[in-house]
Amino acid sequence: MSEPALVFDDLTLGYNSHPAVHHLSGAVERGALMAVVGPNGSGKSTLMKGIVGVLDPMEGAVRVGKGLRTAYLPQQSEIDRSFPARVLDLVRLGLWRERGLLGRYTRHDGERLRQALSAVGLSGFENRAIDTLSGGQMQRALFARVLVQDADLILLDEPFNAVDAKTIGDLIGLIEHWQGERRTVIVVAHDLELVRAHFPTTLLLARKEIAWGNTVDALSPDNLFRARRFNEAWSENAPWCEEHAGHAHGHDHPEIGKGAQAALSQSHKGAA
Amino acid sequence: MYEFLVAPFVEFGFMQRALTGSLLLSLSSCPVGVFLMLRRMSLTGDAMAHAILPGAAVGFLFFGLQILPMTIGGLVVGMVVALGAGAVSRFTVQKEDASMAAFYLISLALGVLIVSLRGTSVDLMHVLFGTVLALNNEALALIASIAAITIATLGIFWRGLVAECLDPLFLRSVSRIGTPVHFIFLALVVLNLVGGFQALGTLLSVGLMMLPAAAARFWTVRVEPMCVVALAIGMLSCVAGLLISYHFSLPSGPAIILSAGTIYLASILIGTRGVVLTRYHRHRHRTA
Repeated sequence: MSEPALVFDDLTLGYNSHPAVHHLSGAVERGALMAVVGPNGSGKSTLMKGIVGVLDPMEGAVRVGKGLRTAYLPQQSEIDRSFPARVLDLVRLGLWRERGLLGRYTRHDGERLRQALSAVGLSGFENRAIDTLSGGQMQRALFARVLVQDADLILLDEPFNAVDAKTIGDLIGLIEHWQGERRTVIVVAHDLELVRAHFPTTLLLARKEIAWGNTVDALSPDNLFRARRFNEAWSENAPWCEEHAGHAHGHDHPEIGKGAQAALSQSHKGAA
Repeated sequence: MYEFLVAPFVEFGFMQRALTGSLLLSLSSCPVGVFLMLRRMSLTGDAMAHAILPGAAVGFLFFGLQILPMTIGGLVVGMVVALGAGAVSRFTVQKEDASMAAFYLISLALGVLIVSLRGTSVDLMHVLFGTVLALNNEALALIASIAAITIATLGIFWRGLVAECLDPLFLRSVSRIGTPVHFIFLALVVLNLVGGFQALGTLLSVGLMMLPAAAARFWTVRVEPMCVVALAIGMLSCVAGLLISYHFSLPSGPAIILSAGTIYLASILIGTRGVVLTRYHRHRHRTA
């Protein structure tokens, strides 16, 4: 049994003391192809940010396997579309880990960029300005960048948004090809049909883990119903989470329970 | 023609100094201006130029109208404001435009107060609008070293700066260099404004930074040529401004900035991405 690609150890992620991912534990095997599914606001994107390290855990830890290179395609990229750059410039950012600030781009790098663009069907787009790309073309260019990153752990946050059916087919093809190369791929997706058809395992998330495992079982009607009942809203006076007796920690519990005031004062002491 | 264009620079030492100083200044501040513009921080440059004032004013208060104390003062206060505003925007909920405005307003009010403690309004005009025709060796050396530092730093951090502008979230996912690059860039902005204020004054030095950059945007769609075009426009403005100032006995700082302004307005109209070509050349299109 090889070392897992990714381990969540009692992971809580969130914003301003409100958890968005609550006490998640588990491991992702190397070479896994996993979908993350859940309603809006259920912590899917937050989980991705936590894995990449853009967001620090409030509690617990994420451990990425030793030496694994990570590539991350965010849901809402912060790309400045008006920046005067070509498609090639954008995709070439994928070489950052190898070339960094000052490393020279080799001829081989150029070849890799061309191959990546051709793999996503953007051959001939090298010198196009990025502000002339359509939404779907942009998404494919970003996929090309992920290809160039040549990562072992690939995180895609709703990569199929605003992408037409043919392109989704192409992108799924790429993802399955990655799995064939024993890369670990985690994809946030909304389309349950697509998830059932192409992803062997699924994590169903609604702030907490609802189900995690074989896709068919994880997406059972019962589990989906439980996920749907999830209350998206935060409450400012939610009690402090006391899931682990003995060591209180500083984040609010999502549901308002009984004795909120008592719990609040208690954990204030603990946190201080 | 020779009489009009070349003779003033050949005959007069002060014109040669003014030309050297302003060309060196263009060399470093125009590329910085391009990145300021691309980062949508054009007004930040303006704010920073104001923020430098109290530092320069403190130098002025203790040492009179001398370059070194005023430069060091401006540099220190500029860095404090840039780092303070940058830190507030990066580590709190407030965006950079608001924190920058807050910091520079405090700084500007303080600066005017300090200048009024000692100076007359003529002195204030010197600080605000500069004296490019009175550049001494000290000032030229300062401007030259600032240009060298700026070009070297831009060369080293170019890729990081482009990445930080283009896709900051991606950069954060592969490297921790984003935040240092941001602050290094702000430091360059301050450095160039301080370098410019002796020649053009605190208010106009930002003009030589932003106007050529804004004009260059209408001529090209890539960063590298944009910097070169901005540089050319900046240098052209300096030459034109100095000549106009010489021949018509006008103040040199505003003449340089107005030259750049004229090129900017012309670029809006006739640039390759300007109004005329993009709005009125619609009658032909290709099949795909």
